[in-house]
Formats: sequence, structure tokens, C-alpha cells
Amino acid sequence: MRYIPHTEHDIQAMLAVLGADSVEDLIRHLPEALRQNAGLDLAPGLAEPEIIQRLTAFAEQQTGYSPERSFLGAGAYPHLVPVVVDQMVQRAEFATAYTPYQPEVSQGTLQVIFEFQSLVASLLGLEVANASMYDGASASAEAVLMAKRILPKRSRILVARSLQPQYRQVIQTYLDGFPGLSLVELGWDETGRLDQEALAQHLDERVCGVAVGYPNVFGVIEDIAAISRSAQDAGALTLSVTPESVALGILKSPGELGADIAVAEGQSLGIPLSYGGPGLGLFACRSRYVRNMPGRLVGETVDQEGRSGFVLTLATREQHIRRERATSNICTNHGLCALAATVFLCLLGKQGLRELALRNVKSSHYLAEVLQQAAGVQPRFPSPFFNECVLTVPRARRVWARLKEQGVIAGIVLEDWYADLRDCLLVCATELHTREAIERFGQQLRQAVV
Amino acid sequence: MKTPTRTPGPGKRTMLNEPLISARGSVGRVGYALPRDDIPERGQARDLPVELCREALDDFPEVSEGEVVRHFTRLSQWNMSAATTLYPLGSCTMKYNPVVNEYMARLPGLAQLHPLTPDDQAQGALMLLAELERCLAEISGMDAISLQPAAGAQGELTGMKLIRAYHQDRGTARKKVLIPASAHGTNPASAALCGYDVVQVATGSDGMLSADAVATCTDTEVAALMVTNPNTLGLFEREILQITDMLHQHGALVYMDGANLNALMGVAKPGHMGADVIQFNLHKTFSTPHGGGGPGAGPVGVKNILAPYLPIPRIAHKNDTYTWSDTAPKSIGRVRSFYGNFGILVRAYAYILAMGGDGLTHATRMAILNANYLRKRLESVYTLATHEPCMHECVFSDRSFQQTGIKTLDIAKRLLDYGFYAPTIYFPLVVSGALMIEPTETETKETLDEFADALLAIAQEITDQPDLLKQAPFTTPVSRLDETRAARRPVLRWSRSSDS
Repeated sequence: MRYIPHTEHDIQAMLAVLGADSVEDLIRHLPEALRQNAGLDLAPGLAEPEIIQRLTAFAEQQTGYSPERSFLGAGAYPHLVPVVVDQMVQRAEFATAYTPYQPEVSQGTLQVIFEFQSLVASLLGLEVANASMYDGASASAEAVLMAKRILPKRSRILVARSLQPQYRQVIQTYLDGFPGLSLVELGWDETGRLDQEALAQHLDERVCGVAVGYPNVFGVIEDIAAISRSAQDAGALTLSVTPESVALGILKSPGELGADIAVAEGQSLGIPLSYGGPGLGLFACRSRYVRNMPGRLVGETVDQEGRSGFVLTLATREQHIRRERATSNICTNHGLCALAATVFLCLLGKQGLRELALRNVKSSHYLAEVLQQAAGVQPRFPSPFFNECVLTVPRARRVWARLKEQGVIAGIVLEDWYADLRDCLLVCATELHTREAIERFGQQLRQAVV
Repeated sequence: MKTPTRTPGPGKRTMLNEPLISARGSVGRVGYALPRDDIPERGQARDLPVELCREALDDFPEVSEGEVVRHFTRLSQWNMSAATTLYPLGSCTMKYNPVVNEYMARLPGLAQLHPLTPDDQAQGALMLLAELERCLAEISGMDAISLQPAAGAQGELTGMKLIRAYHQDRGTARKKVLIPASAHGTNPASAALCGYDVVQVATGSDGMLSADAVATCTDTEVAALMVTNPNTLGLFEREILQITDMLHQHGALVYMDGANLNALMGVAKPGHMGADVIQFNLHKTFSTPHGGGGPGAGPVGVKNILAPYLPIPRIAHKNDTYTWSDTAPKSIGRVRSFYGNFGILVRAYAYILAMGGDGLTHATRMAILNANYLRKRLESVYTLATHEPCMHECVFSDRSFQQTGIKTLDIAKRLLDYGFYAPTIYFPLVVSGALMIEPTETETKETLDEFADALLAIAQEITDQPDLLKQAPFTTPVSRLDETRAARRPVLRWSRSSDS
């Protein structure tokens, strides 16, 4: 076996040191009833060319993502991934290390995370960011639990119904069984933004936080400033959730708009779609709440000679120290994805992220304009959006199916997620969608709606 | 063995300094190019009102592609990793990560697949996942699998949610979860997140959990026992069957932490030990890279009694077609967006394909041989935490050197000078100054000998040159770091002033 180095000679030499006759001797102490002698019912091992052949066959059963024919966003976004990002991620010194328990020989990972925390804090406009979470959805759930820790006497969290359904479901799963906190959903108004009247009605001394998508599931840019003003008046926290982090290259940061905790899905920052995972949870908050934060944190310090270096810090919040009283059960972060995002953000830099965000605005607005040339197609919400939007399309489900037969994925049929949003498609365009692809989609839609 | 000293000698590599990326670059420099913009000019303000737009990202670097490559390549060289050296972190299973798996996860049909692709256009991905579920069920002896949890700790949380849903469904809201003192911290943290009161069960002086100890804590208020087998001392829980039987008789369930599954493949199945739910750490047993701390993957396997509660969506198979199904009224819901860490799942599947059933069994047996061999080579000088036979890892205490003023930490730091990563230290908590060593099956006898020789040489240094140990490490890019200062005055991001 190529991954296991033991020759028969090695095994015998090691057994001799152990004074054992066979490897079997080493497991003879297991209860007889549990010892398994039949072997595993799995196929025999394969050589490398056979593995490649088998997996390539799986991979080729789908044509994969093609910006020429797919306009899917809705929580996972196709973006350029510079080859340098993947090359750095593949460096074995990063990929095959573990959580930097021994900082003296983990400064590479630690400095990367420190840089990641710096970039994320800046992107989200808050003072402190952690070393990352699993994904945007679980980061949202952790943010909700954190709000409860900060305001333990309060028992409600208000969540915009226009937050991605998957995110709301994950929040609900985390809250089930969590003592003393229940979720109340708030609807949207005719602009597609959080219904401010509903918010005002529900905001009282029982509410620890308000969680809202920025942009929300419709691509619409919520008025975080107004929401946070109302929340603050009621003594509640504002939680901003960004499923598409490229948007933050151009939109005002959640922090400057008054969010107390901001999370985001970082997949757009150099991480392949990979059928939805692994992703990257970005998590930031005001510094006064840092000791309530979940997840790893890297801090700067000095060594014995006074040289600057980095360590894991404020670990007394964490499960390996505090066990059942920890701020979270999270153990690892998504370190390698954090590395990818750090390399991505460095390559794009100050200018690039803004330019990328603006290109997404331009492509998607051109898409919306082109699609509206089809009969009866119009924007569902008259609001600024980032790179995806909801269009009212007569007989949307039938049109979507017809386009699919022609090889076009016309986003998602929104009714599948919101029963009250009939005849709506949620479509997305990024910098990877060419003018030609957008115009062809427009033409096909014009034919499909009639 | 030659004693490493402060002075670099032949074979020592040059460590190049590397500042924060914020200190590199120059105004206006870029490291990217967007695709050609052929979309008609629209005017930004028309699409996006200016009042919604932020100021420039002032803290962001302005660097060229080459600078980025140099920066991160240099940083990478400051890491020890499983690729560069033995990384004997107990409980973490730092085995070789096969390179071909990296290529498989990057096949365009898998890496570029959008998670909302219609099921009929994602049959290959679904089939792969269904196959992986079958393999994990066979290896563990469980009936049904969910691949959704993103990490071991999230698998634990998922498992405890399943247990909670099971009891609620029966109208019995049990309050307590039993956890041995030797358990990972994630166990009590996960149980607490589900609203359970954690009851710690004492571990015996032999390192084992006894049926008697569990019996004294077991009543009808107990929802479950969370148990790791082999446990964190590397011991197979001898009374596991009596323990799980007893819990079942009281109507409680058994959560088995699968962190140490590398010791069991083809040898014994958790499903036969009375486990009702188990999480798999694919980044441990199934060779996916640890990534400096994730992403891993933490699928859960359950017995049929818990299957109705598994997270949605689940894979359904009908008439040769695979689909995602949301129709599970008793499901605990979702634990993350979409379907799990697919890229990691692909790597794990490629590993299982490469190994086959016999290969996995062989891996487990060689992992056990390696741990026993190291234990034997060290046991005359370091004090074993227990004399019970070990499985895939062995644990020593600080008893042999406690009197000298040397701490386990000092030994760990000194090992770095000898070119090895340190074992897990001060865990499990039930062992004084624990040194927990898991070599895994992918290390050669020669490497194990070098490692044992290093630890023996260090034992000698404890007597001969104790100050050397207290000052170590000497050969690393930085010496011991001031962790107290880091926690007392947290600096968690760069500031403009440190840019210059």
C-alpha cells in the first residue's frame, strides 16, 4: 500500500521489540464479541489512474458551472479565482499543518490569520474579527447566540424573513433546545427591505438582537443604518449578515452603519463553489464584545528577544479550556479557506475589490435590463440591488423549465423558497458573465415567455 | 544523537523575514486583472446610489501578484506541517494526506458545480455522496449517514440534537448528559449548546470508564452518554458493551465520538458497541488535510431509530436517479447551508477508493503497531499514564520529571529543535502534564526511531542541561512567545501605525 510504509521486515522488527508474535496480539484485549474478522465490505483498493478515472466519470456527469448558461447565485456565487490563490492553498506547509498549538513553528499560519482578521475587520467595518467560522449560515447562528450572551436577560431574536432561508433554518436548528431564546421572523415591505413597521412593533425590552441580510436574499440592500437606530433605541443589537461578501467592496460597511456584529459568507473571496462547501464564515464585532465572541483569535505579541510574533489568544472563551461554559463548541476554524480569502483580498487589494464589486453591479443591472425586454417581465422590488435581483416572470416555473431544456439555468424559482412569491425568478450575474451570454439569455427568455 | 544548539549549522535553512502584507506594496500597484468589460456603459450612480457606497478600503494592501506569491511562500516556510515532519499530535491523526485527492477535488465538474444546480444535472456529485455514505456506514456499522456537518464539533452538535429530538418525540425531556472526565472539550460544549446539563463521570485510575462509575450516574433523567472509544488515553473501553447496554435499559442513548476511528477500521465497529450516533472526522481518519485548522468534515452516522431526525436535505434514490429530499417532518433541520463540505467529502472518498476495505484495515493495524512501538521505546524513561494496552496513541505523564522543575511544555518546545512537531500536551486533563502521542500508520519505523531517540535525548538533557529545555526552542523563527501579554493587551489586527 503506497500510503503505508511498513514492509514485512519492518513489522517483524517492531513486533520483536514489542515481544509480540503478530499484530493480532496487539488487539487481542478487545472484547471477543466486538472483534471483527470478516473484513470490510468495500471494493479492493485502486491505483491512482483508476481513482482519477472513477472520479472523472462522476465529474463529467454534470457539465459543471458555466457562466455561459447559468445565472444562479442565491447564496453561492461564481467569481474569478486567481490561480495564485489555489497555488498558495496547495502549499503543503499550510495545507497539512494543524491548529497552531505550537506557535514557534506555526508563525506562517498565525500571521496569515492575523492578516485575515485585519482584512475582515476592515471589510466589515468593525474593530475585531475572528479566525473564521464554517460558513455564513453557521456564523449567523453563532452571532445570534452571542447576542444572547451579551444580553442574557433578553429572550427574543428578530430575524428578517428576507434573510436566506438556509441561514434562517440553521439559526432555528441552533436555537432549538437552547434555553431562553426564541426566534421571531419579520416580513418585508413593498421595496423588498425589512418592514420597519413590523420591526417597530416587535422591538421591545425582550429583544436581544435584529438579524438582517445585507444584501438580503433578493439582492436588495437593506437600510442597516435605520434598523440599527431602532435596535439601539430598544437596547438591542444589530446583526448584519452578508451572503455575498464581494458586495462589501462597494457597499458601506455594516460597522459604519451601526451593526454590532457582522457576519458574512466568504466563498466569493477565492473559494470555489464546490457544490456548496467548504465555505468560510466571516465574523466581526465591536471590541467591547470580544470576550463573548466564538471561535479562535490570533493576537500579536513578542518573543523572549522582543521580536514580534503571533499566538492564539483569549482562549479562555473556548471549549478546550471552558468546556460546557465555552462561548461556542467550535474547535477549528476554516483555516485554509481563510488563507484563500486572505490571498484573494491581497491580490485584489484596495482598488480591485471595489472594481470587482462595481463590475458585478454593472453586469447584473445589465442582465435585469435585458431580461425586462421580455413580455411581462419586471423587477419585483423597486430597490437598489447588488448582483442579483428578483424579476416577476409570468408563469415563471414553466418558463424556467423551458429554458432549462435549452441549457439555461434561469436562476431559481423563488416560490420554492417563499410560497408567497409566485411567478418570480431570482437571477444573478457576476464579472464572469459576458455581454454575449447575458444577451443570449435575454433572447431565450423573450421566446420562452410567450 | 546530535544536540541542536542555537548556532545554525549545516543543513539549517535560512529563515527570511517577512513583514505584514500591509507593510508591502505601493500606492496604485495591483495584483489582478478583471475580464474584459464589454457591457455597455451604464453609469454607476444610475445602478447604485452613491449614498450606499463606502469610502476606499484604506487598510487594504496594494501589491503585485509576485509580491503576494513571495509573501505567502515565505510565511509558509515558517510552518512545520505533516508534509515536512512527523506531527504526532495525539487525537488529531496527522497522517499523510495523499496528493491525488487534491487533484480530484479540483476536477472542474466538481469544483465549479453550483450547489443549486438542478438535481438531474448533478447526478455525478449526488452519486459520489451516496457512495461515500455507503462506505462510512459499512466502516462504522451504522445504518444511515448525513454528510452535512462541517467539522467534528458540528457533528457532535448535530448528534446531540438528534438525541434531543428523539427524546422529545417520546415526550420525555431528559436533562442530563454523562461525559467522562477524559473527553474532548467539544463534548461538554456541544451538549451544553443543546441545553443539557453536563454530568462528569470519573475515569478510573487505569484510564478506563467503568460500568460501575456510569451506573452511579445513570437514571431516567439521563438523555445520553457521550463516550470516545478508543478513549483519549488511546485505550479501548473494555466495558463498553455493559455500559451501552445499561444506558439503553434506562432509555438513554449513546453518542460515540468518532475522533479515534483510525484505531477501529476493520477491527471493530462502533455500531456493534451500542453506539446510536457517531461523528466521523474525515480530516483525521480519512486523510483530508487539516488546513492549519480546517476545513474538515464531520458527517454523522446513526442507527435506524435516529434516522428520521437527520438533518435535511437528505439524498434520496429512486429509479436510478438521485435527488435531494427535504421531506422529513421530524428532522432537526439544517446545520449549515447546502450539503456539507463537499470538497472535503470528495477527498475522503478518493482516499477510501485508494485504500479499499483491506487497505483501511491495514491502516488501522499499522497505526496500532506504530503507537505500541513508540510506547515501548519510551516507557522505560517516561512514565506511562496507564499500563493498559494502547491502540493508536499512547499517553505519558510528567511523573518522571516532575521533581526536576521541567515541565511538559519544556519537552514539547525542545522537540521542535529536534525537528519534530510536539505531541498534544496537557490533554487529557485526567493525566498530570500529559504528553499524548499519535504517530499514525503513515510514519516509517525509521522516523519513529528518530523521534524516540529525540525524546530519550531530551530526557537526558533534563538531567544534564535543564536550562537548555527551559529556554527552548532555539532553531525556530521566533522563541517562546509571551502569551500572557497577548491576552492582557489584545492586538488582534494591524493598525495604520504598524504599516510603516
